Amino acid sequence: MTITASAPRKRSAWQHFFNSSGRGDSPFKRLLIHLALIVSCAIAVYPVLRIVSVSLRPGDRLLSTSLAIVPEDATLQAYKTVLWEKEFLVWIWNSALITTATASIGLILAATSAYAFSRWRFPGRKPGLIFLLSTQMLPAPMMMVPIYILATKLGLTHTYRGLVLAYSVTTVPFSIWMLKGYYDTIPRELEDAALIDGASPLVSFWRIILPLSTPALAIVFLFNFMSAWSDYLFARVMIASETRLWTWVLGVRDFQSQFQTQWGFFSAASVMVAIPVMALFLYSSKWLISGLTLGSVKG
Amino acid sequence: MKHLTLDIILNSLREVGSTVLYIFLSTVLIELLVYFLWEPLSALSRSIDRALSFLGRTVRYAISAILIVAAVVFVVAMVSPGQEPSSWAGYWPLPGVAFLIGLFVSPAAVTIFSPRLRLPYMLLVPAVVGLSLLVVYPLLWELNVSFTNLSPKHFRSPDFVGLQNYIEVFTRPILKQITFTPLFLRTILWTAVNVVFHVSGGMGLALLLNRKMKLRGLYRALLVFPWAIPQPVACLAWRGEFHFEYGFANIVLQRLGLAPIQWMSNPTWNFIAMCITNIWLGIPFMMVIILGGLQSIAGEFYEAAEIDGASGWQQFTNITLPLLRPILTPAIILGTVWTFTNFNVPFFINQNELETSDTLVTALFRSAFQYFNLGDAAAFAFVNFALLLIFSIIYIRVTGGLKGATE
Repeated sequence: MTITASAPRKRSAWQHFFNSSGRGDSPFKRLLIHLALIVSCAIAVYPVLRIVSVSLRPGDRLLSTSLAIVPEDATLQAYKTVLWEKEFLVWIWNSALITTATASIGLILAATSAYAFSRWRFPGRKPGLIFLLSTQMLPAPMMMVPIYILATKLGLTHTYRGLVLAYSVTTVPFSIWMLKGYYDTIPRELEDAALIDGASPLVSFWRIILPLSTPALAIVFLFNFMSAWSDYLFARVMIASETRLWTWVLGVRDFQSQFQTQWGFFSAASVMVAIPVMALFLYSSKWLISGLTLGSVKG
Repeated sequence: MKHLTLDIILNSLREVGSTVLYIFLSTVLIELLVYFLWEPLSALSRSIDRALSFLGRTVRYAISAILIVAAVVFVVAMVSPGQEPSSWAGYWPLPGVAFLIGLFVSPAAVTIFSPRLRLPYMLLVPAVVGLSLLVVYPLLWELNVSFTNLSPKHFRSPDFVGLQNYIEVFTRPILKQITFTPLFLRTILWTAVNVVFHVSGGMGLALLLNRKMKLRGLYRALLVFPWAIPQPVACLAWRGEFHFEYGFANIVLQRLGLAPIQWMSNPTWNFIAMCITNIWLGIPFMMVIILGGLQSIAGEFYEAAEIDGASGWQQFTNITLPLLRPILTPAIILGTVWTFTNFNVPFFINQNELETSDTLVTALFRSAFQYFNLGDAAAFAFVNFALLLIFSIIYIRVTGGLKGATE
């Protein structure tokens, strides 16, 4: 896992483009690369800035053909309305509570199972892994009807209980795959040393494997969090008819109903909803690359 | 208007907290069961193995397979949608006993219940129980429904219709007009376009970023933006940008002196709008994966290649691509599967509910939740699942991509 900077030599333009370490790049080349990256960044960020821009517009000029990011006479009125006159805070609270609980449960389920898959050979291991992979191929709406009917029979519709159960498990198969790949890269010698010292496998799991897997665990938590935080299907099927229980997705979707869109409210709510996820994302971005790819390099 | 009061906070805390507590307690219970039952079961499996040793291994595998398949078929038949749980509750022991006998008759039982495997099975049990309840059980139910004419009209007593639903998937319109073939072809096109752009875009950006330069961290953080935005927000915002009068796309077109486009009502343009949105959403994931792969390739390879006089393109095709393969193959499989089954983008961008913009997955949602032909929808769902599974198996076989991963 090293990047060895190669000594500057005569290189063609193509070599510079396709290779790492741009020390030998001519200023012109470097300018081009920066230019390409700036354009890409603009494409990536501009649609997000447009949401911010609309959220700052005064209520009577929501629909405008201006492309300015900060509109003239920008106002925070939409934010105030959404926060204090709509039920936005209730939705956010509901979402945050459910999401945190389910992301943690999902992480625990996956972390332990992945350890079993990574360190033991047992009957049913390979079929189990293939089963987990094939669950990724089930279209989400396929599970909705049976889960809804099951939930109705157990009295779990219009409660958080059903949502918590459903969200906790949905991302487990993918999480197990990722974590198993990551655990596989941790040398067994580390655990063997602990086992010789008389530690049980569980202790070495807790003391050695888990601390070394922080990047992958962080990424799995992030994925669990994001999938529950922005889920629309389950929420719509399970709790849509009970506004008291709404998560933010249902609320924000309601601002943008088919016939009349409350653009200001929609944008302000979207900005506020995106902030926690983006903060979490940026915070864990230092683990993003190693957590995602280390497992598959070995695998 | 309702505000966030202490009352609401406490209520929801209590509900979620008690659920988490239930999950925790039932996990502890199951773990204790496995822990204390393991040794007796282990001994039992050994004595059964000794008692049955006069039967050949093949015979025992055959008996075990028959019993287990019978148990599964029984369960599928039992989870019939029209019946209340109480009416079949009494029969549960039957498949359970058949399954257990089948398990212990098999020669594999001794290895399954070997004493050294107690810990790994204890580690697996919570996830197995969770997945059985929320994936396996619904799947069996759906399988059962796919052979019936379940719909609001026949909700209490659906009839068994055999393979009729499966035949109708291919012979009758799935929604009002659209039939299977155009839906299928459109989904293939949708998947192909998106994955090609995701991989090539992600590859390009990763190559640009994989060098020492100023502002690298900033670029990377900004480029990951589309991934960090909650998907429904991104989809709804993009839908706004395709608005005929006030959307970004048409404003720019008009300023360039071109005619505005009917993004929402013209089928072709609506499909293109879907693709643009999803390409924008999906590139960062591929970029991050490929960047990680590029960073794991040691620079020595390139130095050696340069000494040999290899061109940049040759280095890319002969060093970078082959060394990226262990990362790229699973990423492409996942990307394909996720694009194929993507629901948010085709569902939200398609504001006017054009049937010509539906993919297989959104069509599945509509046929189940807007037309309520649950039997048809179930058969349709299994056809979708089978298609994706066949594609993945072929792809994995051809590329050998997951060989290492299941070892």
